[in-house]
Amino acid sequence: MTKAHVLSILVENHAGVLSRVSGLFSRRMYNIDSLSVGVTENPDVSRMTVVVHADDETLEQIRNQLSKLVNVISITELKKDSAVLREHVLVKVSAKDRVGVMQICDIYRASIVDLTVETMTAELTGAPGKISAFISLMEQYEVKDLVRTGMTGLARG
Amino acid sequence: MRLTGADIVMECMLEQGVDTVFGYPGGSILNIYDSLYRYSDKIRHILTAHEEGAAHAADGYARSSGKCGVVFATSGPGATNLVTGIATAYMDSVPMVAVTCNVSTNLLGKDSFQEIDIVGITMPITKHNFLVKRAEDIAPAIRRAFAIARSGRPGPVLVDITKDATAEFVEFETELPQPLKKTMESDAKAVKTVLKFLEKSKKPLIYAGGGVISANATEELKQFQALMDCPIALSVMGLGGFPADHPDCCGMIGMHGTMATALAVKDCDLLIAIGARFSDRVTCDETTFARDAKILHFDADRAEVGKNIRVDGSLIGDAKTILGMLNEKLSQQEHAKWKKQVADWKQEYPVESPKIAALTPKFILETLHELTHGDAFICTDVGQHQMWTAQFYGFDYPRHFISSGGLGTMGFGLGAAIGTQIAHPDQTVINITGDGCFHMNMNELSTAATYNLPILEIVMNNQVLGMVRQWQRIFYDKRFSATVLNKKTDYDTVAKGLGANGVTVRTEQEFRRAVVRALEDRTTPTVINCVINPDEIVLPMVPGGQPIEDAILDVK
Repeated sequence: MTKAHVLSILVENHAGVLSRVSGLFSRRMYNIDSLSVGVTENPDVSRMTVVVHADDETLEQIRNQLSKLVNVISITELKKDSAVLREHVLVKVSAKDRVGVMQICDIYRASIVDLTVETMTAELTGAPGKISAFISLMEQYEVKDLVRTGMTGLARG
Repeated sequence: MRLTGADIVMECMLEQGVDTVFGYPGGSILNIYDSLYRYSDKIRHILTAHEEGAAHAADGYARSSGKCGVVFATSGPGATNLVTGIATAYMDSVPMVAVTCNVSTNLLGKDSFQEIDIVGITMPITKHNFLVKRAEDIAPAIRRAFAIARSGRPGPVLVDITKDATAEFVEFETELPQPLKKTMESDAKAVKTVLKFLEKSKKPLIYAGGGVISANATEELKQFQALMDCPIALSVMGLGGFPADHPDCCGMIGMHGTMATALAVKDCDLLIAIGARFSDRVTCDETTFARDAKILHFDADRAEVGKNIRVDGSLIGDAKTILGMLNEKLSQQEHAKWKKQVADWKQEYPVESPKIAALTPKFILETLHELTHGDAFICTDVGQHQMWTAQFYGFDYPRHFISSGGLGTMGFGLGAAIGTQIAHPDQTVINITGDGCFHMNMNELSTAATYNLPILEIVMNNQVLGMVRQWQRIFYDKRFSATVLNKKTDYDTVAKGLGANGVTVRTEQEFRRAVVRALEDRTTPTVINCVINPDEIVLPMVPGGQPIEDAILDVK
């Protein structure tokens, strides 16, 4: 049975590493839900957070294949109960019903980060489920543009 | 000392013990060829007719000698011409370092003349690759490239260096490579599990592959087989890893394997895979393959375990280390009854090829075996002639069967034979090819002739693309689409025109005479154009996706 797994991958911060990792996933037919990447406290090292849909055997394959990439330093799976998992969303909606939008933002502790006569843009950080629920509520206000970062996270402790 | 980037490339080759490189010059790699000119007393450069030939030559050099092959090529088309050769080496886990030069840094990314992103192109077909833009990064990249190519499961690594970096002067200090550590990653618990399976089995079968050969573990495998006292089958890549003439060897496994092996796979209660990867050409149908057996998998690459088939136990590490360790712990097993069963199958289902013409592939290969005492290096191209070679030559020694198993590269053989002959100047090197494959890379005959390499090129000329035609005959109702060649090529003239000897033979007697004569000539390649029947086929044959024991044994 396939389910979503969150892999936190430390890689050497070199040109082309992203393409090595993403190329491996597409080449070997692994399903990627999201991938986010950024530099860590050490400028020579980047962290990639990849959400994959896989059964246990495929997940083991993914870990083994990733381990063979020379630029990959370590791979850990982040589990819901032992890690902080977050995603960030920016959503731009019509400003026709400002009060309605602001009420929802209040409840979700989202903030309005841009406002024009026509549109307002809200931002929210949270667990992916919360982000999805927030987006579905915002849909009634005519979503103009939307961007999700994909999941990222760190193990607890 | 201060050296140019190009001289550093030479020094790094010397550090790694490289004395031979294959390649082809060009604009971006001029500085490296200028250094080669000055280092020519220490590094021999073999100039091929085409970069693909150079890559296959480096591959053949590596496979036959166990050393790391090295190939040089320029930017753009020089680099892209290496791609098939690198991919061939990658699929068969051959250690190779390819050095290409790219345009200067200021021209990168601008679609400059002969610029190509060869690092991007070769990412999926190398263990790793490097784009080097500064002279001080050249030595670390090349040292690492050799270490990666040789370690663990071997494979090709590409180093792309910009032209300006090869001209720049920087400080260089010699640094000798660390000796390779052969290790086993698995713990005592895994070993205990494996030993339990080995000692409990009543009907074990060994399935050995190329990992045994690349780890130089032939002796350990012989000991292991003797301790297990069981039949042993070999993949195409494993041929020569265990003597074909050993009574317990039941031959090749897979699509064109022996029926005895297929029945043994079906009937065994334990399958022990060593340095092999359960390719689709071996399992044929992975859901029924060894369905009543427990499966043990010993491999250098952890990612191979469970990739193609579920296994019950595994050990990760180099085959020599694993088998050496097991041989110390394993008690002597006894499986006379089971071995007799498999031997009976061998008797019952010999690999036969009916004599349908004056000259047959089986006769050609058996005669070659006889005249070379079975110890020639045999390279092949890909197709029917390759499978006949695998079935009928009878390989008793490792590194003597040089063939593109994984990628199935037509045109591989002649380049590989050049590399093999360079590595073994005093040995007999034969390339078995077909008329289809011959036309792919025959240009390299000129290379063999120029370097006075006495390669014997056997063309199994059936006027058709035999293997594809065989599929059309069996599965496509004899619709021979694009497989009838009927070329007007005059092989003898082509051979002579490229500096080789050429002779066409139609009978057994003519063939034998031609081979004897060719083997006496130690300075000139010889092409023996063997006219065979287009209806010769390779049997047994398991139709794709069918259980391995449902092999076709006869075709009307």
